[in-house]
Amino acid sequence: MQFFGGSEISPSPPAPTASGNNGHMMYVFNRNGVCLLYREWNRPLRTLNAQQDHKLMFGLLFSLKSLTAKMDPTSAEKGNLGVPQLPGQGCSFHSFRTNTYKLSFMESPSGIKIILVTHPRTGDLRESLKYIYNLYVEYVVKNPLYMPGSPIRSELFNTTLDQYVRGIA
Amino acid sequence: MPPVAPRSGDAIFANVERVNAELFTLTYGAIVRQLLTDLEEVEEVNKQLDQMGYNIGIRLIDEFLAKSNVTRCVDFRETTDVIAKVGFKMFLGVTASVTNWDADGTSCSIVLEDNPLVDFVELPDNCQGLYYCNILSGVIRGALEMVSMKTEVTWIRDVLRGDDVFELQVKLLKQVPEEYPYKDDE
Repeated sequence: MQFFGGSEISPSPPAPTASGNNGHMMYVFNRNGVCLLYREWNRPLRTLNAQQDHKLMFGLLFSLKSLTAKMDPTSAEKGNLGVPQLPGQGCSFHSFRTNTYKLSFMESPSGIKIILVTHPRTGDLRESLKYIYNLYVEYVVKNPLYMPGSPIRSELFNTTLDQYVRGIA
Repeated sequence: MPPVAPRSGDAIFANVERVNAELFTLTYGAIVRQLLTDLEEVEEVNKQLDQMGYNIGIRLIDEFLAKSNVTRCVDFRETTDVIAKVGFKMFLGVTASVTNWDADGTSCSIVLEDNPLVDFVELPDNCQGLYYCNILSGVIRGALEMVSMKTEVTWIRDVLRGDDVFELQVKLLKQVPEEYPYKDDE
């Protein structure tokens, strides 16, 4: 199987399998907890302001990751709960599902976190998140005028993303 | 879904778009030349090249991770090995080797026998202090910093200074764990 090798990304996104239009919202955080991108497609209920919402999401991931690593029955070397880990150290979760939504999570060793919230019946989105990471590299990181660590304002990235997420099943 | 194995340097290299090697070499040469004209001091040029490399490195790491399927960079030994075998191959088309580990595993040398940056270069007398490829040390330092490794990268041997190979010493200063970035009471 080919995993988005070349600079050309267009030929190989994982094929959508069903109806699509399942995305609710997406977050991209960097290693410092800065929310680089927030996209929203379908979110009727909002209870917090944007900044609090981002912080809450980041906090949830941070704690959940630390908790999952602490619970790991297969590894002997575990720090105490809450002790910071290196990105990529210990195990981590990649999704959780409630009766109303599913949250998929990916973290690169460089600390980029991509979170996609979708319909609870969507399948395994790990490949899709990896593909979105590739989009981020092509459209954001490679743009010489983008300042690393600043919020992403790229029309091209947004449209490509919208289009791609619409097709996710 | 089984975890995807990291891809080899050759496989990635075969898949990325490439430019003419001479164009690349000459472009880099033009940058160094311009820096020498602008900054006049060789020491300043070394510093500037390192800074430019650092700025490249902090971006390049994401491209590297996205294309190589590397999912963890926790072990320093493993990481330097991946830089030499996959990183150099992917971005410069050459492979390097890792040697000279010190006893506690925090310092090693990356040895480059072939270096496309220096194809047409000879150091003139007035540039003897110049580390012509100093951009590379900056790239490595920047990229490693993004995966939580603070390092110090220095040139040990340089073909342009009469040695037989290029040798970069990479020294791990510390690994910085991920901290919770917000204060509790905010």
